[in-house]
Order: sequence, then C-alpha cells, then structure tokens
Amino acid sequence: MPELYNQIADNKRKSWLFVIFLFVLVALAVLFFALLTGFGKAGFVIAFFIALLTTVGSYYYSDSIVISSTGAKPAEGPQFRKYHSLVEGLCIASGLPKPRLYYLEDGAINAFATGRDPKHAVVCVTTGALEKLDKSELEGVLAHELSHVKNYDIRFITFAVVMVGLVSILANLAFRSMFYGGNRRDGGKAGTALLVIGLLFMILAPIFAKLVQLAVSRKREYLADATGASLTRYPDGLAKALEKIKLEGLAVKTANSTTASLFFANPLKGASFSNLFATHPPIDERISRLKAM
Amino acid sequence: MALDLIVIGLIVLIALFLVLLYNGLVRARNMVENAWSQIDVQLKKRSDLIPNLMETVKGYMKHERETLKEVTEARTKFLNAQTMGEKAKASNMMTDALKSIFAVAESYPQLRASENFKHLQEELSDIEGKIAYARQFYNDSVLEYNNSIQVFPNSMVAGPFGFAKREFFEVSAGERQNVKVKF
Repeated sequence: MPELYNQIADNKRKSWLFVIFLFVLVALAVLFFALLTGFGKAGFVIAFFIALLTTVGSYYYSDSIVISSTGAKPAEGPQFRKYHSLVEGLCIASGLPKPRLYYLEDGAINAFATGRDPKHAVVCVTTGALEKLDKSELEGVLAHELSHVKNYDIRFITFAVVMVGLVSILANLAFRSMFYGGNRRDGGKAGTALLVIGLLFMILAPIFAKLVQLAVSRKREYLADATGASLTRYPDGLAKALEKIKLEGLAVKTANSTTASLFFANPLKGASFSNLFATHPPIDERISRLKAM
Repeated sequence: MALDLIVIGLIVLIALFLVLLYNGLVRARNMVENAWSQIDVQLKKRSDLIPNLMETVKGYMKHERETLKEVTEARTKFLNAQTMGEKAKASNMMTDALKSIFAVAESYPQLRASENFKHLQEELSDIEGKIAYARQFYNDSVLEYNNSIQVFPNSMVAGPFGFAKREFFEVSAGERQNVKVKF
C-alpha cells in the first residue's frame, strides 16, 4: 500500500506541472501570434474570445457532448440492478455522490467517465463489460472510473484537450495570416531572428503540447488504477478485467480519437504506432503494476 | 510602541492558527459522524428486510427454530441499541445469524427455488457488500480523525475541547473465521 500512496502523490505533482506548462505554452503562443500576425490588440481579443467560448462550452456541456457522440443510453430497469448496486457500494467507500449511470450497446469490454465534477459525473459501461466480466472484475472497472471522478480527471482531461486545441488554433491562424501577407513590418536582424523563433514555436508547440497531454493522461490511468484498487482493496479484480480486455482485443464502434482518452482501455483497434502517441499505458504494464500492490 | 505591535500581531497570529486548527478537527469529526451514518443507513435497511425474510423462510424451515430465533433476537438487539458499540455488536450478531440461515437453506431445495427467497438473498448480499464498504470508509475516517487529534500541536487543542478518540468498527470474530473459499 505505501507504494500506492507514493504513486498518487507522484501523479498529482506531475499533473500540476502539466497545468503550469500549458499556461506558459498558451501565453507564449498568444505572444508570438500577436508578433507574427501584426494583429496586435485585435489578435489578443480574438484569441481571448476563442479560448473563453471553448472553455465555458466544454466545461458545461462536456458530458452531454460525450454521451451523444458515443450513443450511450441511461441504464434503467431491472437488468442493471447489479451495476447500480456496485456503484452505490463504491460511492459509499469513496464518499462520492452517486453518478448518473449509462450503458453503451457494444460487445467490447470498456467503460468511461465524464462530467465536470463529482456532482455532475456520468459513468458508462459497455454491454460487453456487463456480460463478460464477473462481479469483482466489473467492480474493479467501476472503481477505476469512479477514481477518475474522484481525482477530477474528467475535468482535467477536458481542460487539457481545450488548452492543447487552443495552441493549435493560434498556430494555424498565425500561419494563415503570414501567407496572406499580414506581416509587412521590417524589424531588422533582431526582427528576423524573432520571426524564425516564432515560426519554429508555432510549428512545434501543438505537437509538443499534444505529446505532453497524452503522457499525462497515461499517468492518470495508472493513478485511477491505483485509487480504484485502494477502494475495492482488491487489485486482482481490475487486473483480471484488463487481462480479459487484452485477450478479446475488440474495438468500441462509436469511439474516436478525441474520446479515446476517456475510456477505461484504449477503445480503438490496434496499438498506436508508438508509445509516445498512445492514449493509454501498455495493458501489460498496468496489470503488472496492479499485481505488485 | 513597536514592541506592542509585535506582541499584538503575534497574539492575532496564534489565535488565527488555533481557529484554523479547531475547524480542521471539527471537520474531521463530522466526517466520522457522516461515515457512521452511512453504516447506520445500510444496517437499518438490512434489519427492515428481516421480517420479510422470516415470513418467507418460516414455511420451509420447520426444524431450524434456533437459527431463526437468533436472527430475530439480533434484530431486536439492533433496534434497541443506543450506543455505537451496541449497534456494532448487534449488527455483527445479525451478520453471523444471517450467514447460518443461508447456510442451512442449502438443504432446502424448495426454499432455494422460491423467487421471493432468491430476491431477498440477492438484496441482502448487496447490502452486506455496502456495509463492508461503509465500514471501510468509516474506519478510514476514524484513522484520519484519531491521527489528527493525536499529533502535535493538535493534541494541545483536542484535549481541552473534548475531541475524544473514536473506536474502529471491528469485524466480529465469527465473520473473520468464516471466510471459506468454496470451489
């Protein structure tokens, strides 16, 4: 167990570093954007409103957007009794309010959580998970999802997506305005150097931000595994569920690359071409960490 | 003059520190109370199911009067319990008594086939799971609270303001022994 508490503390520290990193990146992007385009004040205002709109929008509507884009339906009726009862138990164990429960008509074993805070949280599992997992395995998966709620990962991931998106938008706008001749000022040698740095930054920042976002969301998966195991006090349940997912290797039909990082395990078919671009940590590594607890 | 200001400043700082410390202790204690009420809700739910269970079982289990009596007794004890300790004891007794009922039920195939009995068994096993989780949450809160009143300097405030150590919700001896894995 001490190993687990270290993991949680370590993950929290890294997430904060990521938030600071993103703020610096966005600030730099806005600065270079204004320099490169020569938009000056107008550029700042445009960037500000884009940021504000997307942030507020995704903050309030992220759960309904995710639910409708995946096609999840509310879990009502006697066939979901066990599902409800397991979540209720885990909520007691974690001191969380009970989230709204949904299900996804899909044969693949998977689950996701979304919403802006524990009071507006949504947990969803596939019918495949309900049918193929036994009680302790399903409980492990649900504990993992509730840990995402408890650790505010659901908000964090949304925030990360929006901020990374903003950097890309700024970079895009800067390029366009340059090609159409927005910047005609002559700044001499220093001006040229700044222009080159700005250009390089605009090319590299979005890629870099995306990579760091993926790295942090992989860390968050480990954290949710660890917190989930501390809720059920039975890491084997979660480990066995991961093994079943690994064996069947099915993809969730309605998942896409945007919603992928929300899911319990990578819902897209086939592994990513590199660990750097993976939304989830390798399943074997997750299993071996759980078994070490 | 300057000395006066420093002294006043120090007093204000210490007072502020004490207020924050006190509030932290109150929060930890309320957490324990809340955790206890979570257990209480589940225990109450379970005891509400007992009369129904007795009614269902009575017709089939003619020779198990002793076992049935134990459950009813445990329920009465639970309903009359005043303190936390008494409630914990009575509920542990009920857990054991219910276990023996379900164990005995194995030899009554007609009873096991009854829809009502199956439903009750499922519901009771759900509640058992929730009680276990509520107990876990309660014991975690007690650990946190006990730690917070015993560490220095909190202990200097906790004593005079009557923050007493809380007891953990212990599992009954019977429950610990009865963990048998069947294949």
